[in-house]
Amino acid sequence: MGIIQSYRLRLQRKRWRIRAFRKRRELKRVVDRTSQIRDDDILLFSTQRNERIRLPYFLEYYRDMGVGHFFIVDNDSDDGSHSYLIDQPDVSLWSSQASYRRSRFGVDWLNWLQMKYAHGHWTLTVDPDEFLVYPFCDTRPLRALTDWLDASSIKSFSAMLLDMYPKGRIDEQPYRAGQNPMEIASWFDSGNYTISRNHKFTNLWIQGGPRARVFFPDTPEKAPALNKVPLVKWDKRYAYVSSTHMLLPRGLNQVYDEWGGEKASGVLLHAKFLDTFGAKAAEELERNQHYAASVEYKAYAERLKDDPQLWCKWSERYINWRQLEILGLMSKGNWA
Amino acid sequence: MSGVGIVMLVHTALARAEQVARHWSAAGCPVVIHVDKGVPRRTYDTFVTSLGDLPKVKFSNRYRCEWGTWGIVAASQSASELMLASFPDVRHVYLASGSCLPLRPVEELIAYLAARPQTDFIESATTSDVPWTVGGLDEERFTLRFPVSWKKNRYLFDRFVEVQRRFGLQRKMPNGVIPHMGSQWWCLSRRTLSAILQDPERRKYDRFFRHVWIPDESYFQTLARLYSSKIESRSLTLSKFDFQGKPHIFYDDHLQLLRRSDCFVARKIWPYADRLYEAFLTDPSGAMKRTEPNPGKIDRIFAKAVERRTRGRSGLYMQSRFPNEDWENGVTAAPYSMFQGFSELFENFEPWLAKATEARVHGHLFAPDRAHYAEGQKTLNGAQSDSAILRDYSAKAFLTNLIWNTRGERQCFQFGPADNQDINWLVAKDPNAQVSVITGAWAVPLFRSNLDFVEIRRLAARLQQIESKHMDVLRSPYRKARVRIWSMAEFIEAPMEPLQGILDEIGRTKLRRLAEVPQMVDLNGFGQFLQNLKNQGMHPYLMGDFPAERGIAATAKPARKPYLVR
Repeated sequence: MGIIQSYRLRLQRKRWRIRAFRKRRELKRVVDRTSQIRDDDILLFSTQRNERIRLPYFLEYYRDMGVGHFFIVDNDSDDGSHSYLIDQPDVSLWSSQASYRRSRFGVDWLNWLQMKYAHGHWTLTVDPDEFLVYPFCDTRPLRALTDWLDASSIKSFSAMLLDMYPKGRIDEQPYRAGQNPMEIASWFDSGNYTISRNHKFTNLWIQGGPRARVFFPDTPEKAPALNKVPLVKWDKRYAYVSSTHMLLPRGLNQVYDEWGGEKASGVLLHAKFLDTFGAKAAEELERNQHYAASVEYKAYAERLKDDPQLWCKWSERYINWRQLEILGLMSKGNWA
Repeated sequence: MSGVGIVMLVHTALARAEQVARHWSAAGCPVVIHVDKGVPRRTYDTFVTSLGDLPKVKFSNRYRCEWGTWGIVAASQSASELMLASFPDVRHVYLASGSCLPLRPVEELIAYLAARPQTDFIESATTSDVPWTVGGLDEERFTLRFPVSWKKNRYLFDRFVEVQRRFGLQRKMPNGVIPHMGSQWWCLSRRTLSAILQDPERRKYDRFFRHVWIPDESYFQTLARLYSSKIESRSLTLSKFDFQGKPHIFYDDHLQLLRRSDCFVARKIWPYADRLYEAFLTDPSGAMKRTEPNPGKIDRIFAKAVERRTRGRSGLYMQSRFPNEDWENGVTAAPYSMFQGFSELFENFEPWLAKATEARVHGHLFAPDRAHYAEGQKTLNGAQSDSAILRDYSAKAFLTNLIWNTRGERQCFQFGPADNQDINWLVAKDPNAQVSVITGAWAVPLFRSNLDFVEIRRLAARLQQIESKHMDVLRSPYRKARVRIWSMAEFIEAPMEPLQGILDEIGRTKLRRLAEVPQMVDLNGFGQFLQNLKNQGMHPYLMGDFPAERGIAATAKPARKPYLVR
């Protein structure tokens, strides 16, 4: 890479950090339990809006995995999730009434919190409907992975977003609070992903899956990005650029091998398509606070009102991480 | 008194080290512990006190042990000296680390060593015979000087190496000893170890090895060769290394694997692997059979991990494997066949091929309207849609995905100049591809179509141009696919032989010989059709030499049956 480009990216990174610094004023501290954090705790950062029904399982899932502390920004919820979060012993809560879109979909808020609290910690940045699966996650806690990454001098860990969906209409089975969403949304597309390289940020751009297949069959270029780097050994100089799809400095995006080998990677099971989705989509469409003028939600609304079905004959039913690794969606790399 | 003394090098997870030290001690083995100088004073003191109740545990002088530097050797030396001086009954000294875990009962180790009193267990091979070279240095580990840390200052390290190489600066081995390397975890007899430590020339050796790179893997390994009467060149410690030369770590889920390994000691164990520590340190039923140590069973699993990290799975493109062009280690996952012109020339080529082989036979996967999957399916394995737009968004990924998703079942598909041509180079450079082309056969559907002749002429010109370009690709020197090209005229002269050849190569055919043959379309008047194109100024050349009379001769026959190849 040229010096000029390298310098430009550096400026860009600074700009995101300054922006995050400015946006800190939109955050109101609700509960601060950060004094409980120990030096080697794994931290989780998330924004949420009206996800009360999802939160119990979400918190439990990541607590079991070994996350030490949750940083959550509540964006103007009115469904009781706010008070629910206040009561959680390992959650520090901020709230914001400001525009989600203008905080670049929460990235600015989380960048600020990470700058302030995450330095030197392994940090996981996920939404309440994203569930991390990594190699050996059924037998080894997350700390085993981060220790191994540390020992291997690896600073970032890739986990591609895998859209999960139920068989039949997506509004058929009601989701109960505390339930494992993968009991309902247990199907996924195993092999229809396309990848291209973003030369500027050196990340891969992955698209495909049920959303491309069903919602964007005529405009695949608009299908949402599925590449994510949610687990990072944070340094206060880092910044997420666009959701958790890419980071600066861009070396952190180099989570793939270019010479034929496989690096270790995981998957974020994306349990977005539950019965709650219809209402959510309608609400988000009205708020118009999502990426690219909510093009995604428009496509969903249009497609789902006639036939809300993502399942097809070749859908794969989720079993465990080994299945995902055999299918080639994730890899153990040289972790054995 | 057991006769086996344990030297432990410890730097983190002191609680685990304490647990293991107690285990050794309980079996009667004296233990000398070296704690890294980097450990804070207070932590060290607590650690020493916690083991205060054990009389046969001693602590040696502390050195700073940084990876790849002399400190580790200095620590092993001083701890070994302390061991030999304080415990005169010790016959073997076993060098272990804080993250080592004894797998078999310590009594077995004691008995094993007692039966081999003069044997030294130390992996020791000459530099030219081993492939372990981190950073591309093997011989030069000894001949160059390494005053800066590789871990902390990679840049300076590399510059130092470069300068010494440029000026040909070399050091000589002291007294002409032959450098050997091997695992840093050894078990030496008192005789050999004391000979090394009490050597009158030790200062000379120490001075030399101080500037060798990674001396802990060569100091004892080299010097043991001078004094040992019997070297078993292997380590009693099970230790697996990945492609960067860093040890693999064992976790709870390796329990069964470790039980079957039959090794005395394993490293390195993840400090939070509670089940492993519990099973091997406190559970007497975890004791293993009395057999010769044999780490071979574990080898495979770790060798596979290295293989996966360095070569990966052929034909897989995913979030953490996205090889640069020509670095794929196999463009696609499995062999497949591409047919061009066959379904145009034969009425029933696809069902015939499906019948004759066990392969899945698709139609034109890259057709402009949609992907024509076998049996008219709308989606295929992996939930791949038949939409042409989705496919053309990345035609290469479409093909590599399809071959990946259908591993275990051979895929065949039809192709032609009217299809999306984006995959041509990928296929041509893919050793898995078997490409069979009858050039010019695209003219047959035109010949049989009901289009205006002007339109036919236009299409023919375009298709011929595209196919001609494609043939250039298939004939390029960069081609790696198995390519067969016939002109149409050539092919219909003797179609049996090529067909048999194709089937043989696909293998897994149901029939040994061709019993049934596909039905060729009626080519009555085709020669004249080509002549008409020529008369319009468009010269079709890809189909070869087709005399205009061929069709005339056929009309004489009364049968209107399409003609059959025999």
